[in-house]
Amino acid sequence: MDIAIDTSKSRYHVDKNGYYGRFGGAYIPEMLYPNVEELQEQYMKVLSDPGFQEEFTDLLKNYVGRPSPLYYAKRLSAKYGAKIYLKREDLNHTGAHKVNNTIGQILLAKRLGKSRIIAETGAGQHGVATATVCALMGMECVVYMGEIDIERQAPNVARMKMLGATVVPATSGSKTLKDATNEAIRDWINNPVDTHYILGTAAGPHPYPDMVARFQSVISEEIKKQLLEQEGRENPDYLVACIGGGSNAAGTYFHYLDVPEVKIIAVEAGGKGINSGFSAASTKLGKIGIIHASKTLLMQTDDGQIVEPHSISAGLDYPGIGPMHAHLYETGRGTFLDATDDEALAAGYELSLLEGIIPAMESAHALAKLKDLDLKPEDVVVLCLSGRGDKDLNTYITNMKK
Amino acid sequence: MQNRIDQLFASKKKDILNIYCTAGYPEPDSTLTIMKALQDSGVDIIELGMPFSDPLADGPVIQDSSTRALKNGMSLHKLFEQLDGFRKDIHVPVILMGYLNPVLQYGVEAFLKKCAETGIDGLILPDLPMAEYEQDYKHLFEQYNLDLIFLVTPETSDARIRKIDTLSRGFIYAVSSSSTTGKDKDMGNQEAYFERLKSLQLSNPVLIGFGIKDKPTFDAAAAHANGAIIGTAFIRALDNSTDIVATVKNFVGNIRNGKAAEEPIIL
Repeated sequence: MDIAIDTSKSRYHVDKNGYYGRFGGAYIPEMLYPNVEELQEQYMKVLSDPGFQEEFTDLLKNYVGRPSPLYYAKRLSAKYGAKIYLKREDLNHTGAHKVNNTIGQILLAKRLGKSRIIAETGAGQHGVATATVCALMGMECVVYMGEIDIERQAPNVARMKMLGATVVPATSGSKTLKDATNEAIRDWINNPVDTHYILGTAAGPHPYPDMVARFQSVISEEIKKQLLEQEGRENPDYLVACIGGGSNAAGTYFHYLDVPEVKIIAVEAGGKGINSGFSAASTKLGKIGIIHASKTLLMQTDDGQIVEPHSISAGLDYPGIGPMHAHLYETGRGTFLDATDDEALAAGYELSLLEGIIPAMESAHALAKLKDLDLKPEDVVVLCLSGRGDKDLNTYITNMKK
Repeated sequence: MQNRIDQLFASKKKDILNIYCTAGYPEPDSTLTIMKALQDSGVDIIELGMPFSDPLADGPVIQDSSTRALKNGMSLHKLFEQLDGFRKDIHVPVILMGYLNPVLQYGVEAFLKKCAETGIDGLILPDLPMAEYEQDYKHLFEQYNLDLIFLVTPETSDARIRKIDTLSRGFIYAVSSSSTTGKDKDMGNQEAYFERLKSLQLSNPVLIGFGIKDKPTFDAAAAHANGAIIGTAFIRALDNSTDIVATVKNFVGNIRNGKAAEEPIIL
């Protein structure tokens, strides 16, 4: 288990002050200081503890169903002229990579003596993954979700309630993910002692970006072993993942960041097109600023007001990007592409027909860029299939009729 | 060099009343009218909120006022236009409160320079961490003679409060409980915290904020510090006001001389 691996010498991982280059930090009001300080001081100690790692590994294996397969997608490979492997996070319990992080954080919360869990959610995937682990541990769970998202993601709202969580509508601002995150942070300010905030992506104040990346790093840890077994080499030529806040991407890249021969491809949500005014491509459209207590690239007006993004995929519909990814973008370590709503839909239909796998709309964005990579037949590509498409059936069905 | 905040605290040690209002709320151009009415009503410090789309440390009432101000077209550039020349009429200290992102986009030095030229005395930026302030911005605040006012909470350790005291200028903003603005918490539970603050013998004056809405809560807070800050209750009073000047005078009059709110205000 490498979740506690020493990354202090890496120029791509977090530094001792909580920054990735000029991105990151913890721009929190004083009311949050004790909570965040406790996490900063404790997280690496807890993650390094053999007892913690044993419990985490056991739950990932027997409850989540890890390791997730690294599947050689033969027909997809033939179509794009390279050896394409899919890392099947869609086969995890609850249907996406999100649960790797919620398992890790609930075990951490228990060790910190917390009795109440809060979370934010957009499409509801992280909310479901949080409600799931709270049920598993018998802990109180409150999930903040934008009022608009509650309307359009009714099945996930029902799942969370069935799992015993209280779903609280975020009625402020634009009433979506960013506002749900604001409400979760406010709850934490008002309940500083007994509550742990399970943030769902590799964003927010330090140590969340690094902590979430570490819990998700089981993805790249497994890829290394599985690729060695199947290809006789640990390193692929390309790693491809979609990025909203960037937790599945952070996990996919984690153990490869300092292996320069592995090309890192990040796919953002282009929405209706970069210049359409309806996009969520935070690196191309963003400027440096502060969102949810992290200095990163974010979409904002000239006056510094955070703007509402657009993507067909609720999981990528976030106006910022995790600070690690902003740093990968700025240093050129990662190549950042964007897929439009239409490209993602087409890729989703294609994978369904070629491989019998209906991908989440988020993962479909990553698939959509296979056509734009300059692939050679001997190239080995690993693409993180971050989630399954059951939650997106309505979107797929609606657009099929067009 | 003394600024208006220092001068105020040099001449007045008790019952200092600081009132917060979001710039551009309730009307696009009501800010100066409100400031003048606050001064005429005997308010000691005016705290102007710079509206932001995502005000994390504020509760729903102040966030709604911020959203409304943004819909009214308020921006930092517009605020500075409105404040141009305001020192002809307003003599009390004026503080700008807001979040770091709009300030970063304006440019920190350009912003501080503009504040100094306009006649602003201090700033409250709750999401600017101490370490970043000390390393990147402290020299600029000093260059432009602007106070940066830090927050402390009941959860802040003595050692950290002392550190905050060395970095703060003007006064320290003691949040009366670990909560966002507008939360109604029992003042009685806070007494140990206020006593602890007093026992630290800080070099800066202390004003208590969050949860103060009428004369009894103001008096209770002011008994433990140099004074208190009111935000949410004032924003609520302005919400449906048909005569802003009368509302301001009535509100401040009630804080200074009135009774407890007849109906408990649910915040």
